[in-house]
Amino acid sequence: MCGTPIIVTARPAHRRPSCEGRRKWLLGVTTRRSRLPTVGGMDVSIEVNGLRKRFGSIVALDGMSFTVPAGQVTGFVGPNGAGKSTTMRVILGLDAADEGSATIGGRPYASLRHPLRHVGSLLDAAALHPARTGRNHLLWLAHSQGLGAPRVDEVIEQAGLATAARRKSGGYSLGMRQRLGLAAALLGDPPVLMLDEPFNGLDPEGIVWMRGFLRALADQDRAVLVSSHLMSELQDTATHLVAIGRGRVIADTSVADLIAKASDGRVTLHTAARSQAMTVLAHAGATVAASDRDTLTVAGVDAGRVVALLSEAAVPFTEISAHRATLEEAYMELTRDQVEFRAAATAEPAR
Amino acid sequence: MTAGTDTAYRSTTSAARDGFAQLVHAEWTKLRTVRGWLIGLLVGATLVVGVGLLAAAATHASACTIQSATGQPVCHGIPAPTIGPGGEAVNDGFYFVHQPLTGDGAIAVRISSLTGLISSGDAQPGQPMTGATPGVQPWSKAGLIVKTSTTPGSAYAAIMLTGEHGVRFQYDYTHDTAGIPGAVSATSPRWLRLARSGDTITGYDSLDGTHWTEVGSARLIGLPATVPAGLFATSPDYQQITNHLGGGESGTGGPTQATARFDRLSRQGGWSDSAWTGTQVSGDQSLSGFTQSGGTWTVRGSGNIAPQVAGGSDPGQGLERTLIGTFAGLIALIVVAALFVTSEYRRGLIRTSLAASPRRGRVLAAKAVVIGAATFIAGLVAAAIVVPIARHMLRSNGSVVYPTSTYTEVRMIVGTAALLAVAAVGALALGTILRRGAGAVTAVIVAIVLPYILAVASVLPVGAGQWLLRLTPAAAFAVQQSLIQYPQVAGDYTPTNGYYPLAPWAGFAVLCGYTAVALLVAAVVLRRRDA
Repeated sequence: MCGTPIIVTARPAHRRPSCEGRRKWLLGVTTRRSRLPTVGGMDVSIEVNGLRKRFGSIVALDGMSFTVPAGQVTGFVGPNGAGKSTTMRVILGLDAADEGSATIGGRPYASLRHPLRHVGSLLDAAALHPARTGRNHLLWLAHSQGLGAPRVDEVIEQAGLATAARRKSGGYSLGMRQRLGLAAALLGDPPVLMLDEPFNGLDPEGIVWMRGFLRALADQDRAVLVSSHLMSELQDTATHLVAIGRGRVIADTSVADLIAKASDGRVTLHTAARSQAMTVLAHAGATVAASDRDTLTVAGVDAGRVVALLSEAAVPFTEISAHRATLEEAYMELTRDQVEFRAAATAEPAR
Repeated sequence: MTAGTDTAYRSTTSAARDGFAQLVHAEWTKLRTVRGWLIGLLVGATLVVGVGLLAAAATHASACTIQSATGQPVCHGIPAPTIGPGGEAVNDGFYFVHQPLTGDGAIAVRISSLTGLISSGDAQPGQPMTGATPGVQPWSKAGLIVKTSTTPGSAYAAIMLTGEHGVRFQYDYTHDTAGIPGAVSATSPRWLRLARSGDTITGYDSLDGTHWTEVGSARLIGLPATVPAGLFATSPDYQQITNHLGGGESGTGGPTQATARFDRLSRQGGWSDSAWTGTQVSGDQSLSGFTQSGGTWTVRGSGNIAPQVAGGSDPGQGLERTLIGTFAGLIALIVVAALFVTSEYRRGLIRTSLAASPRRGRVLAAKAVVIGAATFIAGLVAAAIVVPIARHMLRSNGSVVYPTSTYTEVRMIVGTAALLAVAAVGALALGTILRRGAGAVTAVIVAIVLPYILAVASVLPVGAGQWLLRLTPAAAFAVQQSLIQYPQVAGDYTPTNGYYPLAPWAGFAVLCGYTAVALLVAAVVLRRRDA
């Protein structure tokens, strides 16, 4: 585990960062508190309201609305072309929306005087001048916010870039670029982070590191919006999910709820006597599916009843647990409805 | 929505002042951290210096004359030009019929004819007036002159009749005031009067010898007590410049002679009674002389009393010759300036820049300040190096480089740096508008370098070249003009010879105007466009 924390912060206990994250953050960052507008008791940092935008005849955003709460990692998911990047560019004031508004802590991005102290963003890790070193890239960005070289060296350390920072970024792997982009997002030590596909190009070790890092950032009460088109990347990281398709929000929900719904009271059973168990449980009215050579997924009866039934019939089993759907399964469940909706929608004009 | 009593994360970075200086600092960091751009700036400066030095090294000037005895050419370095009291290169060739004047005094005379001869193109050496045709040059001169000494280049003041420009009062080569206009004839003579009072010489003219009008006066500092004064005549070389269709020019020229007839000469003050002495003050003696019979003097002379101008029969060239590499350096610098912004578009880095500073006009302004300052310094260093060294090389190689005032030299060097800087800012603006490096660089080359070369390398007819140097951003090269165009000196005042149609800073203002418009458009599209 982590050992004893050295620095006492004003952070409430339930929001302690994970051990990994805390180790990194204790390097140079202390925290202060301020007040942000809240909705339903939660700190709201990004608020997107009714965004619409067309590129010619293509509708990119079609009434996009959601909020990103502080203290959580919010997954921003959807297929390629759903409008994730466009939404992020509108939030950052880079693209103008035809309608709607996007605010950071209640203020439009364009009104922020040192924006990197409010929002750190990573849109495109490849947006670097290849002849400039990673450190110099961070340096000009720091200068634009009135920050100096010491802060640059801090974020280089945090992003684990120390060995590569003085090399030209043209030679960086995609994973190193992602770390550099993350370092750039952290420069202003902002309460809001917005990262577009930060897992792209990371090796498995890097993915684990990035997940821990993002969780640690959220644990410090920052709002972290992370887009991805692969749900598995957000597993065990995101606690909130904004799923979008065709420029609008399909679902805006907590991950726990979503998984619980997808898990839907099912039970996973490990047993060597598979056929016996299936017979017993089926007789009791359960729906049983074999998902592996010695694994069954049972629906229709709860775990206690399964234990009682199997014990009664003297069927041996090694393990029984509540089934937990993966985020991916849950997401598929979500989008299955959306696919149907889409099919209906596309059929409509033909009438 | 209520203010939360709960807590949220707040940045721990210290709040800095929101200043434009931070953006300039950031853009400067961007510029200095791409080695290729620093090399580009260095290449630009090196081209300005290198091309200037190469051109100077490749220039070997010598003057050749055909020896009349053998018919063989004899060549030697061009002699250093005569320097006038104002430090400028001058011609001081005329025939001077003089007596000493001590202290104050005055001389008046009537001039009833001014005629001339123009040598033919195929005159034999030693007999320049064989086959000459009659004709007086517009700036043939005859009249009265007071001069510090008969040494060429010494100070003087004179009242004179000219071939086509009426009566003039001139002094110390560069100063000229008009008197009664029109030519003379036996029935319409002119009266001229020149008076000395202390250091002041005053010239008068009259139609009848009774009613005198002051034309002008001059203080000649350090005029000795006794000075040579009297009659003079001179006539500048003629030049026939032919502009060829499609550009280029060729010229023919040769000596001319003026003959003036004076009478009714009267004197007051400290004149001696010695005989009149005829002196050729530099130039060809064979075309000069005077006769006196009774009260009539006939004076013949050839040459000119005037500042030297480039491009004609005078052998020198302007100091801007040392800055011939400017256009080459300009190309390198505008490449850097265009890439300074277009590389951000190419990599998507512009989004990072604009996210860091949402007020986009300020980002553009900061970029302009940085690239402008960097190219200004590169140009300033380069120009300050090449001008003195190339001038020394040109003079060592036998060329005459006309002297220029310190102000002019500083203006040329600073102006060259400013030209490069403003052109670079223009390239930056075009790069912002077009978002493509190649397009922006091409546009600036077409706008600045091409018209300059077309006009100065005499590819186009002179008139077309001069219009290009008025209307296109290439007008800014006028800041490099070192030579002065004198209305009282006939010359071939073309861009090729270093004479621009606009005044130095006026030409520079044309470039500034174009750049300002480009910056404005760039700011508007940068604001309106999605990044």
